[in-house]
Amino acid sequence: MKTLRQVGIVGYGAYVPMYRLSAEEVNRMWGTSGAPVEEKSVVALDEDTVTISVECAKQAVKRARINPSEIGAVYVGTESKPYAVKPSGTIVAEAIGATPSVSTADYEFACKAGTEAMQTCIGLVGSGMQKYAMAIGADTAQGRPADALEYTAACGGAAFIFAERSAETVAYVEASYSYVTDTPDFWRRAKEMYPRHGNRFTGEPAYFKHIVGAARGLLQETGYKAEDFKYAVFHQPNTKFPITVARTLGFNMDQIDPGLVVGKVGNTYAGSSPVGLAATLDVAEPDERIFMVSYGSGSGSDAFIFTTQDALKEKRGGPKMSSFIERKRNVDYATYLRHRGQIIQ
Amino acid sequence: MRRVAVAGLGLIPVKEYWDRSAQDLFAEAAMKAMKDAGTDKVDSVYVANMSGALMQDQVNMGALAAGALGRPGLPAIRVEAGTASGGVAFHEAVKAVASGYSDCVLVGGVEKMSDVLPEYVNTALAMSEEQEYTAYTGVTKAGLSAMLHRLYLDLYAEPAEVGMMAVKGHDHAVGCKHAQYPFRMSIERAMDSPMEADPIHMMECSGVGDGAAALVLVPAGDSGVEVAGSAVATDCCSLAARKDPLVFEAVRRAAEKAYGMAGVKPGDIDLAEVHDDYTIDGVLSLESLGFAELGEAAKLVAGNATDKEGKIPVNTFGGLKARGHPLGATGLYQLVEVALQLRGAAGDHQVPGARVGLAQCIGGLASVSAVNILRRLGP
Amino acid sequence: MSVPRYWRNQVPRYRLLGDKCKACGARYFPAQPVCTCGGTAFEDYKLAQTGEVVTWTVIRSPPVGYERYVPYVVALIELDDGMRLLSQVVDVDPADVKAGLMVEAVFRKVREDGASGIIQYGYKFRPVVE
Repeated sequence: MKTLRQVGIVGYGAYVPMYRLSAEEVNRMWGTSGAPVEEKSVVALDEDTVTISVECAKQAVKRARINPSEIGAVYVGTESKPYAVKPSGTIVAEAIGATPSVSTADYEFACKAGTEAMQTCIGLVGSGMQKYAMAIGADTAQGRPADALEYTAACGGAAFIFAERSAETVAYVEASYSYVTDTPDFWRRAKEMYPRHGNRFTGEPAYFKHIVGAARGLLQETGYKAEDFKYAVFHQPNTKFPITVARTLGFNMDQIDPGLVVGKVGNTYAGSSPVGLAATLDVAEPDERIFMVSYGSGSGSDAFIFTTQDALKEKRGGPKMSSFIERKRNVDYATYLRHRGQIIQ
Repeated sequence: MRRVAVAGLGLIPVKEYWDRSAQDLFAEAAMKAMKDAGTDKVDSVYVANMSGALMQDQVNMGALAAGALGRPGLPAIRVEAGTASGGVAFHEAVKAVASGYSDCVLVGGVEKMSDVLPEYVNTALAMSEEQEYTAYTGVTKAGLSAMLHRLYLDLYAEPAEVGMMAVKGHDHAVGCKHAQYPFRMSIERAMDSPMEADPIHMMECSGVGDGAAALVLVPAGDSGVEVAGSAVATDCCSLAARKDPLVFEAVRRAAEKAYGMAGVKPGDIDLAEVHDDYTIDGVLSLESLGFAELGEAAKLVAGNATDKEGKIPVNTFGGLKARGHPLGATGLYQLVEVALQLRGAAGDHQVPGARVGLAQCIGGLASVSAVNILRRLGP
Repeated sequence: MSVPRYWRNQVPRYRLLGDKCKACGARYFPAQPVCTCGGTAFEDYKLAQTGEVVTWTVIRSPPVGYERYVPYVVALIELDDGMRLLSQVVDVDPADVKAGLMVEAVFRKVREDGASGIIQYGYKFRPVVE
């Protein structure tokens, strides 16, 4: 997919909370020995998807150096909305000063809700409907106790403000692609506290099929090959999957390394590939091409090609993803439960 | 304006009265005061009560109190100024008599704190603060005082020096029949107690208790105890907006006015009942009342100058810490105690030759203060 | 918690927005109807978002509604523009708070009106993340 007028990212921000639950601590609790990641991020007592989204949005606005009242859209993608009915987007929009001349909504498509929001924002800006549109992917993912996903269901997010490509944008969108089928690999019914998943079914028929489908679709449409990219970011539910899919598509470890943060912070769900993109933008040089493919259960993938611009180096001041990754305190399992609101009070 | 005298006084012990209502307690103290005054020809009633609305779902306590006294029909209102309600109600009563509008006013305070759980007491106290930007932070009155306490320790004193405010209060409460905690407390006990709100220790904080105290005011003659000075003042509610967090401007302003009315200076005061809901509040009150320079009051207390035999006896029946602090009633307990001293009726707590006494209370973090000065008339 | 009461304080809390007297320039947070100079005309004033701790305490005995968060730090903070305010300081061990700690404003949950009421957000401060 290409837009009528070219679209770029004028500002971005990303965040993970400071607390960590190690795989070691999960194993201590259940007498198991898994390690799909080293540790995952855990919200503070007073954080939720909205507060994470506001944090990311504020960083993005600061870096963009724009008047927030000119932001015409705020879309928040998440599967852990604090309210079942009441948009997170309105709170974010109000907090950053984008109201009232703004369109907002919350998106749900499991871990690709954030990139869905990105697709929409690219469309709004690309069509000329909006000058600035912000997409946020953020989550405080619910991990079922003693389940395989407990090691990785983490908290975090990233925000991207899209604008018409100009000298002010830090990277521009070359093209994007979406690949979606109805594949029930992972779901949560409305009144349930934790999702359910198909275990190994979440691999080949789900994650790999859709990432590869979207990736190949976009590469075919644009004529690029893996070696044309300096960096690649894939949805990162654990350390193994993105490395495997990178290899399948012909990408190497150097390309995916800057964006591969899952080992240290876990799977931030709707924040997963967005956070990886932010971490990559934190270190990229101008004129470098980035390939990004998200994955959301249900299922589908959004693929994007970004090319960095000169403005990137001077518009990424303030704390980087690495600052938030390094800012950490490990908690024990009981404290983790307390922070996740799983202790009945 | 006429001069005003205290004709009668009454109080009940501070404790938990599980089986008695606020009206019961009020009536008991009021009847004692009227009996002591030798008259029941009261023409109006002022009720000091801080948290009846939250704790008993009760407002309009003036009318309720009039009925409880068997006098439905009497002009009656509740006066509320946080924990300064008692002193402020007294001030209103003084104005009623001084103006000539009233000839015999009953002013009584009551609080029934034991009806609610501790977190509701915290909430009740925090209700005196601005709600949307102060109370919203989750800070408590203890927390606000604690911030001042920390500043004071950084600049002027050791923790144990400030802690002596509570120790001295307990010393004075020994043998006091109406005190909630009539026993000594060592500084070690205070400093070893767990933190209430760092750096304030639990044993530096007044407790939770019920109580009632009342006085009858009439035009003054040539003898007895007169109201020499009475003033109320406020300060900005927000600690963040204050020029010097360690100066209680409301206390300073009220004291200046009251001293002026009475024609006295701090050095002329023979005893003072001050507001030590937390040790630091007592210390800062002493400074803002002019009994010590800024930063000197903790040392004044620790140096025994506020003992009964000292230069300026303070909290002679135990103060808020040891006598007790039933919120809205506290200011009136202070005034009854000062009046007892000036009558020479303070028993083992007597400050010999006391002629001029001061009662000071604050509401919120000293955003309001009442300072009342009483003087013995005649020989 | 009254919804209208929460709602009308959203923007000042979310954005740290006070006001400034047009006549004498005095700044207020929160905004107030009449200036100490007598003026009643004000314009919006956005507070600085960073500052330092002046003094603080640790709340261990909370008021109703804050039980889930104890122990928490509340501090008097002086912002870089000279304005002061009271706020919680989070993302820090209470033992590590000291006068002069550099802090920055963050958007956090303050309390919840039970499981079915509204979620109340507001500003808190955390040690500056570089």
